[in-house]
Amino acid sequence: MVQPATEASEGERGERSAAISLRGVRKRFGEIVAVDGLDLEVPSGVCFGLLGPNGAGKSTTMRMLTAQALADEGEIEVLGYTLPGQSKQSRLEMGVVPQLDNLDVELTCRQILTVFSRLYRVPRSERAAAVDRALHIANLRPRADTIVRELSGGMRRRLLVARGLIHRPRLVLLDEPTVGLDPQVRQELWSLIDGLRSEGVTVLMSTHYIEEAERLADTVAVMSAGRIIAQGTPAELVADHAGREVLEIYGPPARLAEVSELAGARGWPSRRSGPAVAILRAESLNGEAPEGVLRPANLEDAFVALTGEEIE
Amino acid sequence: MNAVPAAAGRLESKERRIGRLEPAALAGVMSRDVSIFGRYWKATTFSSIVQPTIYLLAFGLGIRAFIPQIAGVSYVAYVSTGVVATAVLFSSAFPGMFNTFVRWQFQRTYDAMLAAPVDVEELITAEVLWVSIRAGVYGVAPLIVGFFFGLEPEWGMLLVPLIGFVTGFGFCSFGVAIAAVAKTIDNFNYVTSAVLTPMFLVAGTFFPVEKLPEGVRQVGYINPLYHCVQLIRNACFGELQPADIGHAAVLIAFALLMWRLAVSQLGRRLID
Repeated sequence: MVQPATEASEGERGERSAAISLRGVRKRFGEIVAVDGLDLEVPSGVCFGLLGPNGAGKSTTMRMLTAQALADEGEIEVLGYTLPGQSKQSRLEMGVVPQLDNLDVELTCRQILTVFSRLYRVPRSERAAAVDRALHIANLRPRADTIVRELSGGMRRRLLVARGLIHRPRLVLLDEPTVGLDPQVRQELWSLIDGLRSEGVTVLMSTHYIEEAERLADTVAVMSAGRIIAQGTPAELVADHAGREVLEIYGPPARLAEVSELAGARGWPSRRSGPAVAILRAESLNGEAPEGVLRPANLEDAFVALTGEEIE
Repeated sequence: MNAVPAAAGRLESKERRIGRLEPAALAGVMSRDVSIFGRYWKATTFSSIVQPTIYLLAFGLGIRAFIPQIAGVSYVAYVSTGVVATAVLFSSAFPGMFNTFVRWQFQRTYDAMLAAPVDVEELITAEVLWVSIRAGVYGVAPLIVGFFFGLEPEWGMLLVPLIGFVTGFGFCSFGVAIAAVAKTIDNFNYVTSAVLTPMFLVAGTFFPVEKLPEGVRQVGYINPLYHCVQLIRNACFGELQPADIGHAAVLIAFALLMWRLAVSQLGRRLID
């Protein structure tokens, strides 16, 4: 397991310095501690998934990276700039795709992209080309002069992504990029994100969709109650926290309760999985287990084992 | 495809010291306002012409029969210059309150912009600048309408856009500061009825403040709009005098104070 804190404390950040680095970051809103001593290191050039249940502090973390929320404690560095003092410099070189649609509904796609090309200081002579390129990325060229209000949900989300890419950032923050989208649009966005990574852009993506993290992220950090509780490649996380195989036992509620109790008594890691009880690390059961269906362990098993939370 | 240009871009920006109130950021934020304005300029222009016309018809023609002259000028001249000030007040305070609240709370436009290299001070300043430029330009409309009702053109009238700009800057910033502390959009009703309405009446717009009872008169003198009205009249009637430096100073001080208040109040709410 990667220990971000120790890695950072080794000092010496050579040419392969991290794109994002947080050390001991804390953020509270009144009584609520949203981020609680977060250590996180995102290396350059990877797609990094921040996976966690709702309320884990992912969005607050994202907002701190643009200095739209200020940390109460700890240090934040983005692209080598120290926040919040140099946050404007770092924002110049990164793109942000928010979770909530904050497009100007009264403007056309082209107008929105032009405004943001100016905000991102794209030189005047390159603006038209930058806008055209962004329209192309979002597959919105035929809709360039359509008012946002008249676009479908999927088109609006693609426009949000294009807006964050208008200045060819080398770091992109995606906050729950596909939440609330239908499967086809989600697939489109996934291939877009995958394309970014293959161009060498660093991507930090928060999500509570396991599949999204599993498909896209090189490294996944599991966030719970404001801190990182585990980190690694999806395969490592599965192997470390759910084992190789999972045994699923189906049956009526009484039977499931019985199996849960047995698992508890024997010390088998188990969880409820819809209409079944799933016993993790089934490969080490030595044939003592009840009758069930064996399947490979997945990231969802690891996630539930780590956070104790079921997901949608 | 991204690696090379991105690296070059980085180097450039490292060297470039990004300061406060960058023109590029202000221009970027205002370019959005200009794009939006392209959608509703007809409505804005229509109302800025029709409203003073109605005022002049109602007050000018209706009251002219009883009061041919007021404070040494024709009532039409008096009202058309007074309406400049009310036009500036409403075309700056209302956008300050409503546009700010809608863009911040409902459309989350400000959230989007603050994720780009724009800081709170630049965002608010650009928004206020745009509104006050517009207020200054459209503030001339009542004078143009006035010409048709017999108002005499005067060189000093060329100062009106500038006076409107400074006044608008103050009232727009005031509106932004109100929007920052408002809980809901309905809260603006309190401000409109209890602050803006008396302000626009007790400012020498339709009748002189000097004839009001002592207490009310004092209120008139601390009303920034009173100073705006005085300055506009003196400019429009070719009667600029040393006292006008005082009026201008009040308007500039009001604008600067409200600007800082707007930045600090909304800044506190925009950044968690």
